[in-house]
Amino acid sequence: MSMRDAFASTMDEAMAVDPRLALVLADISVDRVRPVQRRHPNRVINVGIREQLLVGVAGGLALSGMRPVVHTFASFLVERPFEQVKLDLGHQGVGAVLVSSGASYDMSYAGRTHQSPGDVALMDSLPGWTVHVPGHPAEARRLLCESLPGDSSVYLRLSEAVNAEPFIGVGFQALRRGSAGVVLAVGPMLDRVLAATATLDVTVLYASTVRPFDAAGLRAAVDASSANVVLVEPYLAGTSAHQVAEALDDRPHRLRSLGVRRDREVRIYGGMADHDVAHGLDEQGIAASVRAFLGR
Amino acid sequence: MTTTATGYHELPRLIGLMTGDEKHAAAATSTVDVLWVLYDRVLDISPRKIGDPRRDRFLLSKGHGPMAYYAVLAAKGFIREADLLGWAGVESKLGMHPDRVRVPGVEISSGSLGHGLGLAIGEVYGLRAQRIGARVVVLVGDAELDEGSNHEAIALAGREGMAALTAVVVDNRSASHGWPGGIGRRFEVEGWTARTVDGRDHEALYEAFTAPHPGRPLAVIAEVEAKN
Repeated sequence: MSMRDAFASTMDEAMAVDPRLALVLADISVDRVRPVQRRHPNRVINVGIREQLLVGVAGGLALSGMRPVVHTFASFLVERPFEQVKLDLGHQGVGAVLVSSGASYDMSYAGRTHQSPGDVALMDSLPGWTVHVPGHPAEARRLLCESLPGDSSVYLRLSEAVNAEPFIGVGFQALRRGSAGVVLAVGPMLDRVLAATATLDVTVLYASTVRPFDAAGLRAAVDASSANVVLVEPYLAGTSAHQVAEALDDRPHRLRSLGVRRDREVRIYGGMADHDVAHGLDEQGIAASVRAFLGR
Repeated sequence: MTTTATGYHELPRLIGLMTGDEKHAAAATSTVDVLWVLYDRVLDISPRKIGDPRRDRFLLSKGHGPMAYYAVLAAKGFIREADLLGWAGVESKLGMHPDRVRVPGVEISSGSLGHGLGLAIGEVYGLRAQRIGARVVVLVGDAELDEGSNHEAIALAGREGMAALTAVVVDNRSASHGWPGGIGRRFEVEGWTARTVDGRDHEALYEAFTAPHPGRPLAVIAEVEAKN
């Protein structure tokens, strides 16, 4: 089961018991939720290929007292209607659960138009958003279930890239302890980070929630190891660098940020693994970067 | 029709509290008559119903030039007359664009054009899901229709047959490239009922807002004198 499948089945269960929930779509994934739409025709809304309206409708639903869950590809959910996210939700003082799929380059063959490595950085420019980056469908389901009650603003970033096992926990979880530094693996980056650092004496932290940023967890890990931090994020490199700087603002530290490269647009097709290599986010690329940073 | 302590004739003075020029500023305000008719005779809203989920909703999408809106809100008791003094100052809750978080009775924060219709459609969906029969009226400008987001919204509302939705377009011919064939036609072709009336004629506005339009959203094109 993919994260998208987990999303559809979880919404089916949740909408059956919570009459506040409304699911808003813009043609993407409509086929996956047909049965839900048949059961709740007034609460599953497909606006067609109209992404500004997708988010505007979510804002209106929230203003009327409903709890909107909004879904399409990340590029069309965050980038194209970004002003609607900023104004129709945040500025109105209402929340929504935005659930994207496609991530940075899940649609590796589709080219730049369907790739959204800047989504978390964009959401990070707005106040008050929780950002979840699950690494496994079971995590996606758990994080979605946590997000549905209340009125908070949540961005849930689904991906085809997954780890072998889910890690259900709160805050940054230490999966390995070492003395030479701390490697923070976000969501789908975990398995390759564990493999890349298998022979290194480093602490590996895992995060499926990046906003709020678990500053206390990072500080504790650094205090028990060394103030050499490597961020490994599946979106734009350095998206969380400012959070690391704030978390360690009273500790001399070094930081290396790995992620989707900022210096140029990678104009290739091919598979996700090809893009991993192009961005240095494959196991070998991560291993080389961490070793170079730690001088080992 | 409705008797209120502060009436339509008070609006120039209230607007003057903000602009310092009651005669000319009030007359030049394109939205004042539409707003007055809506709040005085059409919408089921009052300061006591601000939190009532069954209240009618008025969404000012064209957020710039909100003096007439603030004056009507003051005349109807949503805000105090004293609130109008010093507007857009650091101590005022009334800005050059309205903020729903700060001003009682303001349903949406607006300013950037092209957001109100989408929000209004979302409200109609939400009210429908909650089986609330309230009306949602959104005011846009003719130049605001340039924003493509409106055309996403006009098409969907028409296809959904949203009879609870009314868009009032205050047309002072300020769109840079105009709307040949008329603004109402843009709505009609998408399945709306469109009525074009004199935006200064209170009876015509009232009739346009209240005549039945079963199974279709309603567009009222309120024509006022050209901006320039």
